[in-house]
Amino acid sequence: MSAPSTAPSENAALANIQSMVRACIQCGTCTGSCPNADQMDLSPRHMWRRVILGQLERIMASQTFILCSDCYTCTLRCPRGLPLTEAMERLKGIAFARQEAAHRQPRLFYLQFLETVRRHGRIHEMDFMRRYFSALKSPTVPLSFAPLGLKLMGKGKVELGFGKTADTPLTPLFDRVAQMDRATMQNTTREEHSA
Amino acid sequence: MNYLYYPGCSLTGSAREYDLAIRSVMAAAGATLTEIEDWTCCGASAAAPVSHLLALSLGARNLALAEKMTAEGEILVPCSACYLNLKRAHTALNQHAEDRTRINAALSAVDLSASGRGRVRHLLDVLATDLGSDDLAGHMPRSLAGLVVAPYYGCQCLRPFVEFDDPERPVSMTALIQATGADVFAWEMGARCCGASLVSTRPSVGLKRVTAILRAARGADLIVTVCPMCQMNLDAWQARASRAAGEDLSISVLYLPQLLGLAMGLSKEALGLNLNLAVMEPFLEKIAM
Ligand code: SF4
Ligand code: SF4
Repeated sequence: MSAPSTAPSENAALANIQSMVRACIQCGTCTGSCPNADQMDLSPRHMWRRVILGQLERIMASQTFILCSDCYTCTLRCPRGLPLTEAMERLKGIAFARQEAAHRQPRLFYLQFLETVRRHGRIHEMDFMRRYFSALKSPTVPLSFAPLGLKLMGKGKVELGFGKTADTPLTPLFDRVAQMDRATMQNTTREEHSA
Repeated sequence: MNYLYYPGCSLTGSAREYDLAIRSVMAAAGATLTEIEDWTCCGASAAAPVSHLLALSLGARNLALAEKMTAEGEILVPCSACYLNLKRAHTALNQHAEDRTRINAALSAVDLSASGRGRVRHLLDVLATDLGSDDLAGHMPRSLAGLVVAPYYGCQCLRPFVEFDDPERPVSMTALIQATGADVFAWEMGARCCGASLVSTRPSVGLKRVTAILRAARGADLIVTVCPMCQMNLDAWQARASRAAGEDLSISVLYLPQLLGLAMGLSKEALGLNLNLAVMEPFLEKIAM
Protein backbone atom coordinates (compact mmCIF):
# COMPACT_ATOMS: atom_id res chain seq x y z
CA MET A 1 0.00 0.00 0.00
CA SER A 2 1.45 3.34 -0.96
CA ALA A 3 1.33 6.14 1.55
CA PRO A 4 -1.12 8.94 0.74
CA SER A 5 0.78 11.86 -0.73
CA THR A 6 1.31 14.76 1.62
CA ALA A 7 0.47 18.33 0.69
CA PRO A 8 3.42 20.71 0.34
CA SER A 9 2.20 22.86 3.25
CA GLU A 10 2.20 19.75 5.42
CA ASN A 11 5.77 18.97 4.46
CA ALA A 12 6.78 22.45 5.50
CA ALA A 13 4.90 22.12 8.80
CA LEU A 14 6.48 18.74 9.48
CA ALA A 15 9.95 20.05 8.60
CA ASN A 16 9.41 22.83 11.09
CA ILE A 17 8.53 20.35 13.86
CA GLN A 18 11.50 18.17 12.87
CA SER A 19 13.82 21.11 13.36
CA MET A 20 12.35 21.58 16.84
CA VAL A 21 13.13 18.02 18.00
CA ARG A 22 16.14 17.13 15.81
CA ALA A 23 18.54 17.27 18.79
CA CYS A 24 16.54 14.64 20.77
CA ILE A 25 18.80 12.00 22.38
CA GLN A 26 15.90 9.63 23.17
CA CYS A 27 16.54 9.75 26.92
CA GLY A 28 12.84 9.36 27.80
CA THR A 29 12.69 12.19 30.34
CA CYS A 30 9.68 13.64 28.50
CA THR A 31 7.78 10.36 28.73
CA GLY A 32 8.64 9.96 32.41
CA SER A 33 7.39 13.50 33.10
CA CYS A 34 4.15 13.39 31.16
CA PRO A 35 0.98 13.14 33.30
CA ASN A 36 -0.92 11.65 30.34
CA ALA A 37 1.73 9.24 29.02
CA ASP A 38 -0.10 6.17 30.38
CA GLN A 39 -3.05 6.98 28.10
CA MET A 40 -0.97 7.63 24.97
CA ASP A 41 -0.53 5.03 22.21
CA LEU A 42 2.93 6.42 21.39
CA SER A 43 5.00 7.75 24.27
CA PRO A 44 6.30 11.31 23.78
CA ARG A 45 9.86 9.96 23.29
CA HIS A 46 8.58 7.55 20.66
CA MET A 47 6.64 10.34 18.98
CA TRP A 48 9.80 12.45 18.52
CA ARG A 49 11.49 9.47 16.91
CA ARG A 50 8.61 9.16 14.39
CA VAL A 51 8.76 12.90 13.74
CA ILE A 52 12.49 12.77 13.00
CA LEU A 53 11.89 9.80 10.68
CA GLY A 54 9.14 11.80 8.95
CA GLN A 55 6.47 9.09 9.37
CA LEU A 56 3.56 11.47 9.04
CA GLU A 57 0.84 8.86 8.44
CA ARG A 58 1.86 6.89 11.54
CA ILE A 59 1.94 10.12 13.53
CA MET A 60 -1.49 11.25 12.34
CA ALA A 61 -3.01 7.90 13.29
CA SER A 62 -1.86 8.47 16.87
CA GLN A 63 -3.81 10.12 19.72
CA THR A 64 -0.66 11.18 21.54
CA PHE A 65 -0.55 14.88 20.62
CA ILE A 66 -4.29 15.26 21.22
CA LEU A 67 -3.73 13.99 24.77
CA CYS A 68 -1.15 16.67 25.50
CA SER A 69 -2.69 19.02 28.07
CA ASP A 70 -0.01 21.74 27.73
CA CYS A 71 1.49 21.21 31.20
CA TYR A 72 5.01 22.12 29.99
CA THR A 73 6.71 19.63 32.32
CA CYS A 74 8.52 17.90 29.44
CA THR A 75 9.62 21.26 28.01
CA LEU A 76 10.96 22.25 31.40
CA ARG A 77 12.86 19.01 31.98
CA CYS A 78 14.18 18.01 28.53
CA PRO A 79 17.98 17.91 28.89
CA ARG A 80 18.33 19.27 25.34
CA GLY A 81 16.01 22.19 26.06
CA LEU A 82 13.64 21.32 23.19
CA PRO A 83 10.26 23.13 22.83
CA LEU A 84 8.25 19.92 23.16
CA THR A 85 4.87 21.33 24.17
CA GLU A 86 4.98 23.63 21.15
CA ALA A 87 5.88 20.66 18.95
CA MET A 88 2.78 18.80 20.24
CA GLU A 89 0.72 21.94 19.56
CA ARG A 90 1.96 22.05 15.97
CA LEU A 91 1.12 18.37 15.45
CA LYS A 92 -2.44 19.21 16.53
CA GLY A 93 -2.35 21.94 13.89
CA ILE A 94 -1.46 19.51 11.09
CA ALA A 95 -4.19 17.07 12.18
CA PHE A 96 -6.84 19.81 12.35
CA ALA A 97 -5.85 21.21 8.93
CA ARG A 98 -6.24 17.70 7.48
CA GLN A 99 -9.65 17.34 9.11
CA GLU A 100 -8.58 13.94 10.43
CA ALA A 101 -11.77 12.05 11.38
CA ALA A 102 -10.12 10.62 14.49
CA HIS A 103 -9.60 14.14 15.87
CA ARG A 104 -12.97 15.56 14.91
CA GLN A 105 -14.19 16.31 18.43
CA PRO A 106 -11.20 18.36 19.66
CA ARG A 107 -10.95 20.05 16.24
CA LEU A 108 -14.57 21.23 16.41
CA PHE A 109 -14.07 22.29 20.02
CA TYR A 110 -11.13 24.54 19.04
CA LEU A 111 -12.69 25.82 15.81
CA GLN A 112 -16.01 26.74 17.42
CA PHE A 113 -14.11 28.44 20.22
CA LEU A 114 -12.25 30.59 17.68
CA GLU A 115 -15.43 31.25 15.73
CA THR A 116 -16.97 32.72 18.90
CA VAL A 117 -13.88 34.88 19.41
CA ARG A 118 -14.01 36.09 15.79
CA ARG A 119 -17.67 37.07 16.11
CA HIS A 120 -17.73 38.57 19.59
CA GLY A 121 -14.13 39.23 20.63
CA ARG A 122 -14.75 37.37 23.86
CA ILE A 123 -16.00 33.94 24.84
CA HIS A 124 -19.53 33.71 26.13
CA GLU A 125 -19.23 30.22 27.55
CA MET A 126 -22.79 29.02 26.94
CA ASP A 127 -22.94 30.48 23.43
CA PHE A 128 -19.69 28.70 22.65
CA MET A 129 -20.92 25.38 24.06
CA ARG A 130 -24.11 25.64 22.02
CA ARG A 131 -22.09 26.16 18.83
CA TYR A 132 -19.78 23.29 19.71
CA PHE A 133 -22.66 20.89 20.36
CA SER A 134 -24.50 21.79 17.18
CA ALA A 135 -21.31 21.37 15.09
CA LEU A 136 -20.68 18.03 16.78
CA LYS A 137 -24.16 16.64 16.03
CA SER A 138 -23.76 14.15 18.85
CA PRO A 139 -26.69 13.36 21.13
CA THR A 140 -24.54 12.06 23.98
CA VAL A 141 -21.80 14.66 24.41
CA PRO A 142 -24.17 17.53 25.37
CA LEU A 143 -25.82 15.24 27.91
CA SER A 144 -22.54 14.71 29.70
CA PHE A 145 -22.20 18.51 30.02
CA ALA A 146 -25.81 19.04 31.14
CA PRO A 147 -25.19 18.75 34.90
CA LEU A 148 -22.45 21.37 34.65
CA GLY A 149 -24.68 23.70 32.63
CA LEU A 150 -27.44 23.38 35.22
CA LYS A 151 -25.02 24.06 38.05
CA LEU A 152 -23.74 27.21 36.37
CA MET A 153 -27.25 28.36 35.53
CA GLY A 154 -28.34 27.78 39.11
CA LYS A 155 -25.57 30.12 40.20
CA GLY A 156 -26.62 32.71 37.63
CA LYS A 157 -23.22 32.43 36.00
CA VAL A 158 -24.25 32.07 32.38
CA GLU A 159 -24.86 34.55 29.59
CA LEU A 160 -23.49 37.31 31.73
CA GLY A 161 -21.60 38.71 28.76
CA PHE A 162 -24.60 39.31 26.55
CA GLY A 163 -25.76 42.88 26.40
CA LYS A 164 -23.44 43.91 29.20
CA THR A 165 -20.04 43.93 27.58
CA ALA A 166 -19.40 45.62 24.27
CA ASP A 167 -19.08 43.19 21.41
CA THR A 168 -15.78 43.62 19.59
CA PRO A 169 -15.83 41.50 16.44
CA LEU A 170 -12.30 40.59 15.39
CA THR A 171 -13.06 39.61 11.80
CA PRO A 172 -10.60 42.13 10.27
CA LEU A 173 -7.78 40.75 12.44
CA PHE A 174 -8.68 37.12 11.64
CA ASP A 175 -8.86 37.93 7.91
CA ARG A 176 -5.51 39.69 7.88
CA VAL A 177 -3.82 36.79 9.72
CA ALA A 178 -5.34 34.25 7.29
CA GLN A 179 -4.09 36.33 4.37
CA MET A 180 -0.57 36.52 5.83
CA ASP A 181 -0.53 32.79 6.65
CA ARG A 182 -1.55 31.97 3.07
CA ALA A 183 1.21 34.17 1.66
CA THR A 184 3.82 32.48 3.88
CA MET A 185 2.59 29.06 2.79
CA GLN A 186 2.80 29.97 -0.90
CA ASN A 187 6.35 31.22 -0.41
CA THR A 188 7.46 28.00 1.31
CA THR A 189 5.80 25.93 -1.40
CA ARG A 190 7.57 27.95 -4.10
CA GLU A 191 10.90 27.48 -2.33
CA GLU A 192 10.28 23.74 -2.14
CA HIS A 193 9.59 23.57 -5.87
CA SER A 194 12.66 25.53 -6.82
CA ALA A 195 14.84 23.56 -4.39
CA MET B 1 0.41 50.21 43.48
CA ASN B 2 -1.33 50.48 40.11
CA TYR B 3 -2.19 47.65 37.75
CA LEU B 4 -3.77 47.38 34.33
CA TYR B 5 -6.27 44.58 34.83
CA TYR B 6 -6.91 41.90 32.19
CA PRO B 7 -9.69 39.70 33.65
CA GLY B 8 -10.05 37.32 30.68
CA CYS B 9 -13.29 35.70 29.50
CA SER B 10 -13.81 33.15 32.28
CA LEU B 11 -13.89 35.87 34.90
CA THR B 12 -16.97 37.40 33.24
CA GLY B 13 -18.77 34.03 33.36
CA SER B 14 -18.01 30.80 35.19
CA ALA B 15 -15.28 32.42 37.32
CA ARG B 16 -17.13 35.56 38.43
CA GLU B 17 -16.30 34.90 42.07
CA TYR B 18 -12.60 35.05 41.21
CA ASP B 19 -13.10 38.50 39.68
CA LEU B 20 -15.13 39.71 42.68
CA ALA B 21 -12.58 38.42 45.18
CA ILE B 22 -9.62 39.93 43.30
CA ARG B 23 -11.23 43.36 43.12
CA SER B 24 -12.21 43.28 46.81
CA VAL B 25 -8.86 42.01 48.09
CA MET B 26 -6.74 44.34 45.97
CA ALA B 27 -8.83 47.34 47.02
CA ALA B 28 -8.58 46.36 50.70
CA ALA B 29 -4.81 45.99 50.30
CA GLY B 30 -4.56 49.47 48.78
CA ALA B 31 -3.81 48.49 45.18
CA THR B 32 -5.59 50.14 42.26
CA LEU B 33 -6.87 48.11 39.31
CA THR B 34 -7.79 49.75 36.01
CA GLU B 35 -9.46 47.35 33.62
CA ILE B 36 -7.96 47.33 30.12
CA GLU B 37 -10.54 48.99 27.90
CA ASP B 38 -12.08 46.83 25.19
CA TRP B 39 -9.90 43.80 26.00
CA THR B 40 -10.60 40.63 24.00
CA CYS B 41 -9.96 36.88 24.31
CA CYS B 42 -6.31 35.74 24.56
CA GLY B 43 -6.98 32.78 22.22
CA ALA B 44 -6.83 30.21 25.07
CA SER B 45 -5.33 26.90 23.91
CA ALA B 46 -7.38 27.01 20.69
CA ALA B 47 -5.60 29.62 18.57
CA ALA B 48 -1.99 28.36 18.54
CA PRO B 49 -2.62 24.96 16.88
CA VAL B 50 -4.67 26.68 14.16
CA SER B 51 -2.28 29.58 13.54
CA HIS B 52 0.79 30.62 15.47
CA LEU B 53 0.41 34.18 14.15
CA LEU B 54 -3.25 34.33 15.21
CA ALA B 55 -2.33 33.28 18.75
CA LEU B 56 0.41 35.92 19.01
CA SER B 57 -1.83 38.62 17.50
CA LEU B 58 -4.77 37.90 19.84
CA GLY B 59 -2.43 38.23 22.82
CA ALA B 60 -0.66 41.28 21.40
CA ARG B 61 -3.94 43.10 20.75
CA ASN B 62 -4.45 43.32 24.51
CA LEU B 63 -0.85 44.41 25.10
CA ALA B 64 -1.39 47.16 22.50
CA LEU B 65 -4.49 48.39 24.36
CA ALA B 66 -2.59 48.35 27.66
CA GLU B 67 0.27 50.38 26.11
CA LYS B 68 -2.22 53.00 24.94
CA MET B 69 -3.38 53.43 28.56
CA THR B 70 0.03 53.38 30.28
CA ALA B 71 3.31 53.26 28.38
CA GLU B 72 5.10 50.86 30.73
CA GLY B 73 2.32 49.46 32.87
CA GLU B 74 2.09 46.34 35.00
CA ILE B 75 -0.55 44.08 33.46
CA LEU B 76 -2.28 41.93 36.07
CA VAL B 77 -3.56 38.57 34.78
CA PRO B 78 -5.45 36.14 37.07
CA CYS B 79 -5.99 33.26 34.60
CA SER B 80 -2.93 31.08 33.98
CA ALA B 81 -3.87 30.32 30.35
CA CYS B 82 -4.33 34.04 29.60
CA TYR B 83 -1.04 34.72 31.39
CA LEU B 84 0.77 32.19 29.20
CA ASN B 85 -0.67 33.68 25.99
CA LEU B 86 0.07 37.28 26.93
CA LYS B 87 3.60 36.26 27.98
CA ARG B 88 4.13 34.48 24.66
CA ALA B 89 3.06 37.57 22.74
CA HIS B 90 5.14 39.80 24.99
CA THR B 91 8.24 37.62 24.51
CA ALA B 92 7.74 37.48 20.73
CA LEU B 93 7.46 41.29 20.58
CA ASN B 94 10.59 41.76 22.65
CA GLN B 95 12.87 39.01 21.40
CA HIS B 96 11.97 38.24 17.80
CA ALA B 97 12.18 41.13 15.35
CA GLU B 98 10.51 39.10 12.61
CA ASP B 99 7.56 38.17 14.87
CA ARG B 100 7.25 41.78 15.96
CA THR B 101 6.95 42.92 12.35
CA ARG B 102 4.39 40.26 11.48
CA ILE B 103 2.30 40.82 14.64
CA ASN B 104 2.15 44.53 13.93
CA ALA B 105 1.26 43.94 10.29
CA ALA B 106 -1.70 41.87 11.57
CA LEU B 107 -2.66 44.41 14.26
CA SER B 108 -2.72 47.23 11.69
CA ALA B 109 -5.94 45.63 10.41
CA VAL B 110 -7.56 46.84 13.66
CA ASP B 111 -5.57 50.09 13.85
CA LEU B 112 -3.37 49.01 16.73
CA SER B 113 0.34 48.50 17.29
CA ALA B 114 2.28 46.88 20.10
CA SER B 115 5.90 47.28 21.16
CA GLY B 116 6.00 44.89 24.13
CA ARG B 117 6.75 47.52 26.75
CA GLY B 118 5.30 47.04 30.20
CA ARG B 119 5.21 43.77 32.12
CA VAL B 120 2.81 40.83 32.20
CA ARG B 121 2.26 39.62 35.78
CA HIS B 122 0.31 36.69 37.20
CA LEU B 123 -1.97 37.48 40.14
CA LEU B 124 -0.02 35.05 42.35
CA ASP B 125 3.24 36.87 41.54
CA VAL B 126 1.68 40.22 42.45
CA LEU B 127 0.20 38.87 45.72
CA ALA B 128 3.42 37.13 46.77
CA THR B 129 6.03 39.58 45.46
CA ASP B 130 4.50 43.08 45.29
CA LEU B 131 1.96 43.04 48.13
CA GLY B 132 3.79 40.36 50.12
CA SER B 133 2.57 38.20 52.98
CA ASP B 134 3.86 40.55 55.71
CA ASP B 135 1.98 43.58 54.40
CA LEU B 136 -1.12 41.54 53.67
CA ALA B 137 -1.04 40.10 57.21
CA GLY B 138 -1.37 43.69 58.43
CA HIS B 139 -4.74 43.85 56.66
CA MET B 140 -5.98 40.61 58.24
CA PRO B 141 -7.93 41.16 61.46
CA ARG B 142 -9.31 37.64 61.41
CA SER B 143 -7.38 34.42 62.02
CA LEU B 144 -8.22 31.30 60.08
CA ALA B 145 -6.29 29.11 62.53
CA GLY B 146 -7.49 25.52 62.48
CA LEU B 147 -7.94 25.39 58.72
CA VAL B 148 -5.67 23.14 56.65
CA VAL B 149 -5.23 24.47 53.12
CA ALA B 150 -3.84 22.55 50.11
CA PRO B 151 -2.15 25.01 47.70
CA TYR B 152 -2.80 24.09 44.08
CA TYR B 153 -0.68 26.02 41.55
CA GLY B 154 -1.33 24.09 38.35
CA CYS B 155 1.00 24.51 35.37
CA GLN B 156 1.00 27.63 33.31
CA CYS B 157 1.62 30.22 36.02
CA LEU B 158 4.85 28.28 36.72
CA ARG B 159 5.90 26.93 33.33
CA PRO B 160 7.29 27.53 30.73
CA PHE B 161 7.99 31.10 31.90
CA VAL B 162 9.84 30.78 35.19
CA GLU B 163 9.28 34.18 36.75
CA PHE B 164 8.52 34.10 40.45
CA ASP B 165 8.59 30.56 41.83
CA ASP B 166 10.20 27.16 41.50
CA PRO B 167 8.48 25.60 38.45
CA GLU B 168 8.30 22.10 40.00
CA ARG B 169 8.29 22.71 43.76
CA PRO B 170 6.46 26.01 44.09
CA VAL B 171 6.28 27.73 47.48
CA SER B 172 4.89 31.21 46.78
CA MET B 173 1.50 30.38 48.33
CA THR B 174 2.97 29.08 51.60
CA ALA B 175 3.60 32.43 53.29
CA LEU B 176 0.32 33.86 51.95
CA ILE B 177 -1.68 30.99 53.45
CA GLN B 178 0.25 31.18 56.72
CA ALA B 179 -0.48 34.91 56.92
CA THR B 180 -4.17 34.00 57.34
CA GLY B 181 -3.34 31.81 60.34
CA ALA B 182 -4.19 28.62 58.45
CA ASP B 183 -1.86 25.65 58.06
CA VAL B 184 -0.42 24.51 54.72
CA PHE B 185 -1.24 20.95 53.71
CA ALA B 186 1.90 19.06 52.65
CA TRP B 187 1.38 17.29 49.34
CA GLU B 188 3.06 16.55 46.03
CA MET B 189 0.24 17.58 43.69
CA GLY B 190 0.53 21.36 43.83
CA ALA B 191 2.26 21.68 40.45
CA ARG B 192 0.72 18.64 38.69
CA CYS B 193 -1.59 19.12 35.73
CA CYS B 194 -5.40 19.27 36.30
CA GLY B 195 -6.07 17.91 32.80
CA ALA B 196 -6.85 21.36 31.37
CA SER B 197 -9.18 21.19 28.36
CA LEU B 198 -8.85 17.39 28.17
CA VAL B 199 -11.65 17.29 30.73
CA SER B 200 -13.89 18.64 27.95
CA THR B 201 -12.32 17.07 24.86
CA ARG B 202 -11.30 13.67 26.33
CA PRO B 203 -13.17 13.30 29.65
CA SER B 204 -11.98 9.77 30.32
CA VAL B 205 -8.36 10.97 30.40
CA GLY B 206 -8.98 14.40 31.92
CA LEU B 207 -10.99 13.04 34.85
CA LYS B 208 -8.06 10.82 35.86
CA ARG B 209 -5.98 13.95 36.50
CA VAL B 210 -8.80 15.51 38.52
CA THR B 211 -9.27 12.33 40.56
CA ALA B 212 -5.56 12.05 41.42
CA ILE B 213 -5.50 15.62 42.74
CA LEU B 214 -8.72 15.38 44.75
CA ARG B 215 -7.66 12.06 46.26
CA ALA B 216 -4.28 13.45 47.32
CA ALA B 217 -6.01 16.41 48.99
CA ARG B 218 -7.78 14.12 51.47
CA GLY B 219 -6.98 15.39 54.95
CA ALA B 220 -7.05 19.06 53.94
CA ASP B 221 -10.11 21.24 54.63
CA LEU B 222 -9.91 22.89 51.24
CA ILE B 223 -7.89 23.39 48.09
CA VAL B 224 -7.04 26.88 46.83
CA THR B 225 -6.39 27.67 43.16
CA VAL B 226 -5.12 30.57 41.06
CA CYS B 227 -6.68 29.74 37.68
CA PRO B 228 -10.31 29.44 36.48
CA MET B 229 -9.54 26.33 34.41
CA CYS B 230 -7.98 24.50 37.37
CA GLN B 231 -10.84 25.66 39.60
CA MET B 232 -13.52 24.45 37.17
CA ASN B 233 -11.84 21.07 36.76
CA LEU B 234 -11.52 20.60 40.51
CA ASP B 235 -14.94 21.88 41.57
CA ALA B 236 -17.45 21.49 38.71
CA TRP B 237 -16.27 18.00 37.77
CA GLN B 238 -15.88 16.76 41.35
CA ALA B 239 -19.15 14.87 41.45
CA ARG B 240 -18.44 13.21 38.13
CA ALA B 241 -14.91 12.26 39.20
CA SER B 242 -16.33 10.78 42.41
CA ARG B 243 -18.85 8.69 40.47
CA ALA B 244 -16.23 7.46 37.99
CA ALA B 245 -13.80 6.55 40.77
CA GLY B 246 -16.49 5.04 42.99
CA GLU B 247 -15.36 7.01 46.03
CA ASP B 248 -16.26 10.27 47.73
CA LEU B 249 -13.77 12.88 46.55
CA SER B 250 -15.71 15.94 47.68
CA ILE B 251 -13.71 18.81 49.14
CA SER B 252 -14.14 22.59 49.21
CA VAL B 253 -12.27 24.49 46.50
CA LEU B 254 -11.73 28.25 46.74
CA TYR B 255 -9.73 30.79 44.79
CA LEU B 256 -6.70 31.99 46.76
CA PRO B 257 -7.93 35.62 47.01
CA GLN B 258 -11.21 34.32 48.49
CA LEU B 259 -9.24 32.73 51.33
CA LEU B 260 -7.14 35.85 51.84
CA GLY B 261 -10.32 37.96 51.79
CA LEU B 262 -11.88 35.90 54.58
CA ALA B 263 -8.90 36.68 56.81
CA MET B 264 -9.17 40.35 55.79
CA GLY B 265 -12.68 40.29 57.21
CA LEU B 266 -14.38 40.84 53.85
CA SER B 267 -17.97 39.66 53.47
CA LYS B 268 -19.06 36.46 51.80
CA GLU B 269 -20.78 38.58 49.13
CA ALA B 270 -17.72 40.72 48.44
CA LEU B 271 -15.77 37.49 47.86
CA GLY B 272 -18.48 35.81 45.78
CA LEU B 273 -18.42 32.76 48.08
CA ASN B 274 -22.07 32.00 47.27
CA LEU B 275 -21.06 31.47 43.61
CA ASN B 276 -18.57 28.65 44.25
CA LEU B 277 -19.59 25.18 43.10
CA ALA B 278 -17.77 23.26 45.84
CA VAL B 279 -18.04 24.81 49.27
CA MET B 280 -18.83 22.12 51.83
CA GLU B 281 -20.65 22.39 55.17
CA PRO B 282 -17.67 21.34 57.33
CA PHE B 283 -15.64 24.17 55.84
CA LEU B 284 -18.41 26.73 56.38
CA GLU B 285 -18.78 25.56 59.97
CA LYS B 286 -15.06 25.92 60.57
CA ILE B 287 -15.04 29.50 59.35
CA ALA B 288 -18.43 30.04 61.04
CA MET B 289 -20.24 31.54 58.04
S1 SF4 C 1 13.41 14.61 27.12
FE1 SF4 C 1 14.18 15.67 25.26
S2 SF4 C 1 16.03 14.55 24.69
FE2 SF4 C 1 14.92 13.22 26.14
S3 SF4 C 1 13.65 11.89 24.84
FE3 SF4 C 1 12.40 13.65 25.37
S4 SF4 C 1 12.70 15.10 23.68
FE4 SF4 C 1 14.35 13.60 23.56
S1 SF4 D 1 3.32 19.28 27.86
FE1 SF4 D 1 2.05 17.66 26.95
S2 SF4 D 1 3.48 16.08 26.29
FE2 SF4 D 1 4.60 17.44 27.67
S3 SF4 D 1 4.45 16.45 29.66
FE3 SF4 D 1 2.74 17.91 29.53
S4 SF4 D 1 0.98 16.75 28.73
FE4 SF4 D 1 2.86 15.52 28.34
